[in-house]
Amino acid sequence: MTHLNKKSSSWNILFLCWLIVSVSAMGSLFFSYVMEFAPCVLCWYQRIFLFPLVIILAVGLFPFDKSVVQYALPLAIVGWLTAAYHNLLYAGIIPESIQPCSQGVSCTEEYIKLFGFLSIPMLSLLSFSTIIALLIILKRGIKN
Amino acid sequence: MKTHIIFGLTVVALIIIFVFGSSYYKGKQSEKFDFMAQENSELFVRDHSQTLGSDDAKVYLVEFMDPACETCAAFSSFVKQMMEANPGKIKLVLRYAPFHDGADYFVKILEAAKKQGKFWETLAVMYGSQGYWASHSNPQPQRIWQFLPQAGVNVEQIRKDMNDPAIAKLIDQDLADAKTLGVRKTPGFFANGKPLQNFGYQQLQQLIQSEINANYPN
Repeated sequence: MTHLNKKSSSWNILFLCWLIVSVSAMGSLFFSYVMEFAPCVLCWYQRIFLFPLVIILAVGLFPFDKSVVQYALPLAIVGWLTAAYHNLLYAGIIPESIQPCSQGVSCTEEYIKLFGFLSIPMLSLLSFSTIIALLIILKRGIKN
Repeated sequence: MKTHIIFGLTVVALIIIFVFGSSYYKGKQSEKFDFMAQENSELFVRDHSQTLGSDDAKVYLVEFMDPACETCAAFSSFVKQMMEANPGKIKLVLRYAPFHDGADYFVKILEAAKKQGKFWETLAVMYGSQGYWASHSNPQPQRIWQFLPQAGVNVEQIRKDMNDPAIAKLIDQDLADAKTLGVRKTPGFFANGKPLQNFGYQQLQQLIQSEINANYPN
């Protein structure tokens, strides 16, 4: 019985993680296709690491497979690093002259400020951080 | 089995939220533009703006365009057909949104040609020869000059007139209006202030037709 409970709570954590990933992916599509904000280069890199998680985590749910953490975590970490870099750039801590996007959309252009302070790069960092936290919790839970 | 149902319902819910969110957002945007069109019509038509068609036309089609934009070139004949099919009912207003790198160079040539009364001829030549000078990998703006005589313009005069600071100012004004109206891609169309929300030939035709029907009830 305890074994079953443990399994179902792990499933719930993974499901929550998938939900956050899906909402983030949908949000980014909403920004670019509905609100028509052109995504900058760094946004694309973050999407590259975010979008596959929608599928990978869903596959890990049916049937529940604990090894999904091993595949998902590296993607989430690289996505998190890109998001962190983007935020530093956006905040002006890293000067814009060394950023990789020279043509098209600037990575520091401000599109939205949710609740007065949340920018799109911050949303990305927030969701990658949550995803990583949940995956780590899942990993620890499985080990114990 | 229960987990499959939870997962399936979540997927469906997410899709529904996305679809409804989109239509809600677009509806709000449309209201906002309606208001802007009534309150500040100069955002859509400035005194310097080049227009085509009768002043009595009740449908104002505003197009934010870029001479170096392939889709603008592709749409120009379609817009012309729409105007011919509805004589006297549509007035086309061209606004500049030179988003391509270095595209303001061509806007300057256009404005200089306008002084010679050859705006539309020059624009047609530009659209027609775009492939030779506007390649994305290797833009060669200088190549436009060999095509300009086809428009029947005095090329030397254009070289002199195109550096008028008034032209640069007018481009800045158009770009500022484009930003206010949320135009981020070209061509950006508005029919009587209503933005073209889903891009495409058919969608543009529907937008124009609905404005014609609303303003010319039979």
